[in-house]
Amino acid sequence: MSDPVLSVRDLSTHFFTRAGVLKAVNGVSFDLARGEIMGLVGESGSGKTVTGFSLLGLVDAPGRIVEGSITLNGVELTTLSEAELRARRGREISMIFQDPIATLNPMLTIGQQIKLAIDAHERVSPRAAQARATELLTQVGIPSAAARLRAYPHEFSGGMRQRVAIAIALLHRPSVLVADEPTTALDVSIQAQILAQMRDLARETGTAMVWISHDLAVVSSLASKLAVMYAGRIVEAGPTARLLRDPHHPYTAGLIASLPAMAKPGAPLNQIAGSTPSLLSLPQGCPFAPRCTHASRQCTTDPDMTQQGDRQWRCFHPLGQTAKEPA
Amino acid sequence: MSAFVEITDVTRVFGPKLTLGERIAAKLGGNVETRAVRAVSDVTLSVRKGETLGLVGESGCGKSTLGRAIAGILPPTSGTVTIDGAPVMTDGTKATTRVQTVFQDPFASLDPRMKVGHTVAEGPIAHGLTTKATARRYVADWFERVGLDPTWVERYPHQFSGGQRQRIAIARALAMQPDVLICDEPVASLDVSIQAQIINLFLELTRDLALTSVFISHDLSVIQHVSDRVAVMYLGRIVELGPVSEVFGNPVHPYTEALFGSVPKLVLDADELVQFETIEGEVPSPLAPPTGCYFHPRCPYATESCKKVHPVMEPIHDNRSVACHHYDAILGKTLGD
Repeated sequence: MSDPVLSVRDLSTHFFTRAGVLKAVNGVSFDLARGEIMGLVGESGSGKTVTGFSLLGLVDAPGRIVEGSITLNGVELTTLSEAELRARRGREISMIFQDPIATLNPMLTIGQQIKLAIDAHERVSPRAAQARATELLTQVGIPSAAARLRAYPHEFSGGMRQRVAIAIALLHRPSVLVADEPTTALDVSIQAQILAQMRDLARETGTAMVWISHDLAVVSSLASKLAVMYAGRIVEAGPTARLLRDPHHPYTAGLIASLPAMAKPGAPLNQIAGSTPSLLSLPQGCPFAPRCTHASRQCTTDPDMTQQGDRQWRCFHPLGQTAKEPA
Repeated sequence: MSAFVEITDVTRVFGPKLTLGERIAAKLGGNVETRAVRAVSDVTLSVRKGETLGLVGESGCGKSTLGRAIAGILPPTSGTVTIDGAPVMTDGTKATTRVQTVFQDPFASLDPRMKVGHTVAEGPIAHGLTTKATARRYVADWFERVGLDPTWVERYPHQFSGGQRQRIAIARALAMQPDVLICDEPVASLDVSIQAQIINLFLELTRDLALTSVFISHDLSVIQHVSDRVAVMYLGRIVELGPVSEVFGNPVHPYTEALFGSVPKLVLDADELVQFETIEGEVPSPLAPPTGCYFHPRCPYATESCKKVHPVMEPIHDNRSVACHHYDAILGKTLGD
């Protein structure tokens, strides 16, 4: 594999709250190659969004990156000043969020916002900016783009707003785009349109993506590799189709089996007992052990990440034919 | 099996509050109704005793409004809803306790300042299903039934997780001993692993208590899993109705066909490049719906007649019906495969 555009090693982001230290992200590592789409999946509170925020240096107090490194195009991000980070945000790495109404400024027209985003990193004439903005909106599938530049966000539907947010995020052709559940708030018919478009845009611009989602089906149709998060850490990672077909971590297996699509209609669904642990007081050892049917005494110690080919898992008792228990 | 819940020509219009001037203008025959939204339009539907009817559609299609009309929460502008022959609402107020609702957001549907045991006991005490003296025991039994620790009745909503709160909401609804349960997106705000727990609970309870239910969801895989029959809604109208296996296996309305095509499926083959089948355009504004068939601007089968004439629900055979001028074209296509 060529040099990764983004390399994350042992990233830990903790929140220092009055109730204690909340370990939202706890030793996360992954690499992303140029143009590659990685799905980052997990349930609420698993740390996937905080991982995304950490990549852009957007974690606010009481949160802080306490450990680890993030290398983007060979530059270490965690030691950069705010000004240096700002020069990279939007140009080398950008992010789109779940709720496009919160991303766009309600007081500015779409055209003004796109112009602001252009001006942040480049000097162009108003006329050129206008032309660029029109081209961008057309690219993300907004009809009569030139006229729509004068519209305000409230005049757009949810799907249209998300297209605008995507257009702004891809404006400077960043190396990496962090997409945090961008289609979750949209209807399925609009979601399908946007997924198709994102895949094409990624291919055209060579932008690599970290696609954060709780929806395995969405991620599986888009990402070539997957990382599954649970309680602040990646518990399993690997090529999408093989990971889904032959999961090694009992949590991944449980998650897949609990999908209604995996069961006969009307039959009881496979459920994972209990609920996710509090990040303030994680159980000792493997955080999934209290809910795991395969847990043993060994699981009260913390399993390391096992690497086998392009598959990784963090479990003493991996499932599946291709995984062998470590000695 | 005969119809238990009968929904007849139900229409619900949401209009703006009219000013005095507008009211006078309306009296004089002026056109002031233009901003009104027909959230539900002439829906006729029946639910058989003991079955689960799935109501599916995208946001703004009117599924929740219809659910509220069936639950007796929202009076229809016209049309009637009856359970076992008796009207659900009379003069705009709910007239029965035989139908209860579980809502989407378990954070909004429980009073944060009331112990959950009190929330669950309130209705049954008011309607004489239990007394103040026996309420504690009564509620504890229902807690156990929905998989909660009966000692938790003394706790407040904030002490529970989302999944537990949804169990409390289910206990609250069932403690009224209803015949009909309306579930409005009960698992939409829950994580996948918790969603499975609640769906299993729903399946178990509807079977054991022989409940008749209407399950509203935008999630097709959930609907497919829990329903016996399914009704697909688009812009306030039902466009297709039938047994869940038939509608999912062989959709005949172009919208149903396109909707199913849009749902991302779990991809288990690495070589397979997913072709997203997309419906063009967006759902039109309900303030200004298209003429004729509401789906025609997005429909690949649309012809001139679709722009002019609104298709009505027609039976295809015994238990399936569809509102489309060209359903035979799709029917022929799928049968020819």
